[in-house]
Parts: sequence; structure tokens; C-alpha cells
Amino acid sequence: MRIKQKAAAYPYIGWLLVFIVVPLILVLYFSLTSQGGEFTLENYRRFMEPVYGKVLLRSLNLALISTVFCLILGYPMAMIIARTDISKRNLMVLLFVLPMWMNFLLRTYAWMTLLGKNGVINNILQALNLPALNLLYNNGAVVLGMVYNFLPFMILPIYSVLSKIDNTLIEAARDLGANEVTVFRKVIFPMSLPGVISGITMVFMPAVTTFVIPRLLGGGQYMLIGNLVEQQFTYVYDWNFGSAISIIMMVFILIAMAIMTKYDDQKEEGGLW
Amino acid sequence: MVGKFIKRFYTFLIFVFLYAPIVTLIAFSFNESRSRGKWGGFTLRWYKELLYDAPIKNAFYYTMVIALLSAIIATIIGTIAAVGIYNMGFLGKKVVLNLNYLPVLNPDIVTGVSLMTLFIFINLELGFLSMLLAHITFCIPYVVLAVLPKLKQLNKHLAEAAMDLGATPFYAFRKVILPEIMPGIVTGALMAFTLSIDDFVISFFTAGKGVTNLSIAVYSMARRGINPKINALSTLMFLGVLGLLLIINKRTVIENKGGVKK
Repeated sequence: MRIKQKAAAYPYIGWLLVFIVVPLILVLYFSLTSQGGEFTLENYRRFMEPVYGKVLLRSLNLALISTVFCLILGYPMAMIIARTDISKRNLMVLLFVLPMWMNFLLRTYAWMTLLGKNGVINNILQALNLPALNLLYNNGAVVLGMVYNFLPFMILPIYSVLSKIDNTLIEAARDLGANEVTVFRKVIFPMSLPGVISGITMVFMPAVTTFVIPRLLGGGQYMLIGNLVEQQFTYVYDWNFGSAISIIMMVFILIAMAIMTKYDDQKEEGGLW
Repeated sequence: MVGKFIKRFYTFLIFVFLYAPIVTLIAFSFNESRSRGKWGGFTLRWYKELLYDAPIKNAFYYTMVIALLSAIIATIIGTIAAVGIYNMGFLGKKVVLNLNYLPVLNPDIVTGVSLMTLFIFINLELGFLSMLLAHITFCIPYVVLAVLPKLKQLNKHLAEAAMDLGATPFYAFRKVILPEIMPGIVTGALMAFTLSIDDFVISFFTAGKGVTNLSIAVYSMARRGINPKINALSTLMFLGVLGLLLIINKRTVIENKGGVKK
């Protein structure tokens, strides 16, 4: 019986091999060959050129800023939800998940309506006799788009950890004379770290690699690493260089994940939310 | 007192931030003027025109068909796989689970690009089938991750007891294990459906010229200016989803109450 049940995983293992492992091997193969098909490390060397280094730095920088903003905005929100009565909690979580059900491209596009030169915000400013602002097509707009799209991924994991903290621990700390700040610093925050870590990874990873948000809100003038990959595959048709960047990106993120999960002892359940 | 006010105000600001683009989108679906900035008066014109817009209807059709098919197929494969993985030895389990995590952790764009490379390599024409296969691929891991915890909670002796009483292994699975892990399966299926409906990056790389889903349609429109009909369609979809979520929420609340009674 036991052996038979184990066999239930075999079709999926086959699927994984065909659609995950083989494609990655193909990308690795392309990254190590020239357009003619000979073995070369040229694609990786090319990425060391300063132009591309700048793109990588800019991507990391913007993703980092967005992650910090998400954490600063998200942590208090997660605490507020965790302290709401249970009857209203579900509704609040639902309200955070709901926007994610609307096409993310459309939501990002709607920001163009809000931020544009003749957009809603500038119309309001003009009505108040204030000068119009240049809100669109700059780094600020890209960061805003990232924070907007990824904020729920910061709030939900932190909330789920905070809501499981045993209240008696907090009461015990207070009984022992800790004030609110100390309780937060010494009890609540350390216990919420697994949620913070999964929140950070869930925001930072997609933020580094997105190519849609910089294209729409950055006006395409700020190339990030995702744009670079997309360009290589869909315009330049240099699959070899595109593959090399993909592999670098992937290794980068897997290393970051490995470091993150090392400090996270609750990774077992997949930790989405 | 002051603390409560600050909390409410903060929550309010965050929700304004989250819902501002959605409200804008819905408002502009009733806008007579085509331009994004100007308000030209209330109209239902875009909703009427939506009924006759073949490309948008087509994109909607592909989005829904792909999401439904990939959710169903991924749920079936994922659930069976979870049962298998659960019964595997320590090492095999670890290897398969790590492989399972790969599509979750990998950047979308890498998954998209690598699948496109595979399809072109095996000469599969990019189109409906390639997009469906790609969607199933990135959906299964989430189903597995949703079902596995439920299997862990399961009483190991339940299936054995059923079989002692004469049930065949398959009958025991269908009548005893399946109902117990159903919540995990439903969560997994819903997640797969959501992920598929919202996906752009992987579809972008794996869909061919003839097949367009809503995300791809929006992306290609973004430069020329979005057609207000898309706003109308999204408003309808948003209302549909809202209704669905409210029903699910009500159902889980009833279920939770039922659980307390037991």
C-alpha cells in the first residue's frame, strides 16, 4: 500500500522534469554558448561591462527602496489587523487580497491616469490653485508602482505571524515591568521576524525582476534588469546573452532566499499567507 | 483614544492607496470622454460596445478558459502528487519539495523565458497549448503546498481502518481521505485560478501571435492608450469576483461556526 501511494508522485515528478528542469538546462546551455553554438563564457563576461552593472545596481537599488517602504508602511498595518476583533479580521484581510484579483496591469495602468500630466491628482492640484507636479515617468513613479503592487505581500505574512503570538507572553512581559516600547522591541518584534523575512523576500524578489512596472510608470527610460532580459528575447533576439542574464538573476535570488530561510525556522508550510 | 484615532486614520490612508486606482478605473468606465484625464459625463456606452468588441471578448475568453483548465488540471495533478510526496522517504521528499519550490521562487521572467525556450526547442508552436502548459506548470506547486499541510493533519489510521472494513484503497481515498483534505484542495484550486487570471509575464513569453489574454491585451494597448471598454470589462469582472469572495467568506464563517459546535 505504502509503495503504491508513493507512486502517486511520479506523474508530477515527470512533469517537473519536463517543464522545470529541462527548460532551465536549456537556458543554462544557451547562456554558455555563442549564437553559432560553440561553448563560450562571453555572455557572462559581457554582463560585467559597466553598462549592465549599472542596470543591475539600479534594479537592486529600486527594489531595496520599495522593500523598505513596504516594510515601514506594512508592519504597522499588519499590527493593526492582528489587534482587530476576530469578527472583523477576516474582512480586513479580504480587503487586502481583493485588489490582487483585479488584473495587475490594469491597476498599474490606472496609476498612469492618476499621476499623468493631465491626470486626476494634477487636476485636483490645479483646482486648489497649486502648481502641477511631474509625477509620472521617473524613479519615484516606479517605486510607487512597486510598493502599490507588492504591499499586500508584506502585510499578509507579517499579520499571520503576529496573529499567532501568544498573548500571555505579552502580558507576562508587562507584568514584569516592561513598557510598551520594550514589549515591542524585546517580545513582539523578535517573534514576528519569520513573517518579516518572508515579507521581505516576497516583495524584494518580484521587485528586482519586474519589467512591466518600469515600462509603464517609468516610461521605459529607466532600464531595469527585467527589461534587459525581455529586450534580449523579444527585440534583439540574443537568446544567449538573455539566458546568461536569466541565470545570473536566478542564482542571485536563490542565494538570497537561502540566506533568508537560514534565519527563518518556520519555513515548513510554504509561508504564502 | 488618540491611539485609536491614529490607527483608524492610518488604516483609512492605506486603503485609499490600495483602492485609488481601482476606483479610478471603475469611474472612468462610465466616462463619456475617451481621454484619461477629462471627465465628459456619465455614459454606459462602453458597456454596450463591449458586447460587440471581438478582440476584447476573445481575450476574456482565453483568460477564463486558460484559468479554468489550468486550475482544474493543476489541482488534479497537484493533489495526487501531494499524496505521493507525503508518502515518500525523507530524501526523496526533500528533493521533490525543493524542485517544487523552484517555480515559486524563480522570477516569473526566468520561468517564462525558459518555458518559451523549451517550446521552441521541441517545435511546439506558441499558442493556446503552450500557454496552457505554462500556466499548469506554475500553478501545480501552489496546489501541492496547499494540500500537503492537510495531509499532515490527517489521522494515519483512518484509511487503514476503512480498508480493514473492506474498502479498496481507491475507495478509501475517495471516501475517507479526499473529504478530509478538501479544504486544502479548494484553497489550492482557488490560488491556481487567481494566479492564472492575473498572470502576465509567463503568458507574454509563451502565448503566440494568435492567442491573447487580457493582460497581454492591456500591455499592448498601454502605449496607444487604453480602450475604455477594457475598464468596463474589468469593472464587471471586479464585481463578479467581489460577489464570489463574499459568498466564500460567508461559507467559511458558517463552517467555522459549525466547527465550534462539534
